[in-house]
Amino acid sequence: MITKENYKVNSKGYYGKFGGAYVPEMLLPNILELQENYLEITSRPSFKKEFDYLLKDYVGRPTPLYLAQRMSEKYQAQIFLKREDLCHTGAHKVNNTIGQILLAKALHKKKIIAETGAGQHGVATATVCALMGMECIIYMGAVDMVRQRPNVERMKILGAEIRAAESGSKTLKDATNEAMRHWINNPTDTHYIIGSVVGPHPYPDLVARFQSVISEEIKYQLTEQIGKDHPDMVIACVGGGSNAAGAFYHYLDRPEVQLIAAEAAGLGIDNKKSAATTFLGTEGVLHGSKTLLMQTADGQVTEPYSISAGLDYPGIGPIHAHLFDSGRAHFCAVTDEEAMHAGIDLSRLEGIIPAIETAHAISALDKIEVKDKVVVINVSGRGDKDLDTYITWGKY
Amino acid sequence: MNRIDEVFSKKKKGVLNIYFTAGYPKIDDTLRIARALEAAGVDLIEIGIPYSDPIADGPTIQDSSQKALDAGMSLKLLMKQLQDLRKYVKIPVILMGYINPVLQYGFTKFCQDCKGVGIDGVILPDLPMQEYVEMYQQTFEEHGIYNIFLMTPQTSEKRVFQINEASKGFIYMVSSASITGAKQEVSQAQIDYFERIQKMNLSVQRLIGFGISNKETFDNACQYASGAIIGSAFINQLNKDDSDEAITSFVGSIINP
Ligand SMILES: Cc1ncc(COP(=O)(O)O)c(C=O)c1O
Repeated sequence: MITKENYKVNSKGYYGKFGGAYVPEMLLPNILELQENYLEITSRPSFKKEFDYLLKDYVGRPTPLYLAQRMSEKYQAQIFLKREDLCHTGAHKVNNTIGQILLAKALHKKKIIAETGAGQHGVATATVCALMGMECIIYMGAVDMVRQRPNVERMKILGAEIRAAESGSKTLKDATNEAMRHWINNPTDTHYIIGSVVGPHPYPDLVARFQSVISEEIKYQLTEQIGKDHPDMVIACVGGGSNAAGAFYHYLDRPEVQLIAAEAAGLGIDNKKSAATTFLGTEGVLHGSKTLLMQTADGQVTEPYSISAGLDYPGIGPIHAHLFDSGRAHFCAVTDEEAMHAGIDLSRLEGIIPAIETAHAISALDKIEVKDKVVVINVSGRGDKDLDTYITWGKY
Repeated sequence: MNRIDEVFSKKKKGVLNIYFTAGYPKIDDTLRIARALEAAGVDLIEIGIPYSDPIADGPTIQDSSQKALDAGMSLKLLMKQLQDLRKYVKIPVILMGYINPVLQYGFTKFCQDCKGVGIDGVILPDLPMQEYVEMYQQTFEEHGIYNIFLMTPQTSEKRVFQINEASKGFIYMVSSASITGAKQEVSQAQIDYFERIQKMNLSVQRLIGFGISNKETFDNACQYASGAIIGSAFINQLNKDDSDEAITSFVGSIINP
């Protein structure tokens, strides 16, 4: 029998054989401080009250669960869109940054650091730092800074300092390395807000808990609309996996709900230019946890590729490695081209231009049997930040 | 007796351990540099296994690792290069690297091959003590390989004692809250930390590393521990001049009175 406990983190920080905290001794005191305090702090009534208040009045939650009529007709299914794109700052990322900055305050930290790829997590972090009046440094790969210029400027307008990661391949994984190095050098007054369900324990669990508000809302919104609290299927895209973890969270122990994760295949899984970790990755350790990652036979981390900067990461969170390994979730790989067409499709059918990350989840509708099913798709973000990519692609 | 213990049984002060990256500056330099270091009077050698994402390392070692990888360096090749290590090098040799390449190589095979070529100890900064004890300690011990732990100024007293308990050979005492990189001086806060640990009377020898760069910082560190470790400053030297003569004079500048 499948129980939720199988998919929740255990006391040692593992999901099945994945997870743990593979960090050097220099980072260990910080990680231990989090491990020893995060459950107690986040379950304080005062913490919950402020978190709920900010999610409601600042972020704009609950986000709607919208029955997409024309999309449903096309697929002969009942398709609901969970509108995380309507969150303040344009994506689900802010659910996590609100939670983590409150945690940082409770731990009496004075400064915040974060990594960012597409800039969405960086913007969400810079936003909550402005909100709380805290100093904010964002590491971003030098290559990504060029690709995502508008988000760089948004972060600067919000008062954050942006530092270019010039090491390695100069993208998200290197920005993550630089943020970890910064934390080693500044261990006492700084909190590192990781942007997805990745990193050493307790980050994957911490971020999943903050994002779990997504499926918490889906449960009661579905009850209101169709009289039962669960769909047949939940679909979400997976970069590191935070929006998917949030959308899956309260259904992990409900085997009647199929969990579908869409990964970025880039130019295709037969091509070297891809980011589909469950298809191309193997077990190893990346950024402090044991998980699946794309690497050479010698254990060097390889550079992924996707048109979507938010999915352009060589690993996935340990919870997803476990969902894949145990067969609890079904993973599909969506190419750049398929995702872009799906993004246009949603725009034309429902008047919603999705983030290109999200477009990968939409495309999954063409890869699995959804006829007559109740389906929830997590619309993790809006497409404003991706207009340049849509324009450059041009086939609309 | 493990060669590391042999060193400390003979020498209690001023032990010099030098780090360099395998396959750097040129891919075939690994054994040559090890030999040059021994000839110059170094007590222990630490060879870095290059890794694409070395989060505990500063720019100097990041750069040497990346260049070695670009030239085709790998753990497999390193083991091959070290095949004849013990024909030429008598002092202890320690491999330092990150856990992922070792996992891909295969942990048991790694220990077997370390033993085969004559490696005495291993430093894997991102292998946590809990995982080490539960999953790897037995394999290390079966092959007579010492696992060297790190401690830092933030390490709690309780944990320092745990590390002392689990350690063999020596404890790698990270000099400050920082990643690797050459620094010019030792601060008062560092000295306070060195003294605090010194007073704990640990049973295992300590070597101080990170930021040790020249005679002054080396001598200073040696007042509080059995010796010290130099990494980035030696890589900087290799970048300037990697000839055997230059290596001899670099080491001489640190150990000669
Ligand atoms: C809109 C959107 N969706 C998804 C992602 C991928 O992150 P995760 O897999 O953690 O949800 C990102 C990351 O930047 C994003 O901006």
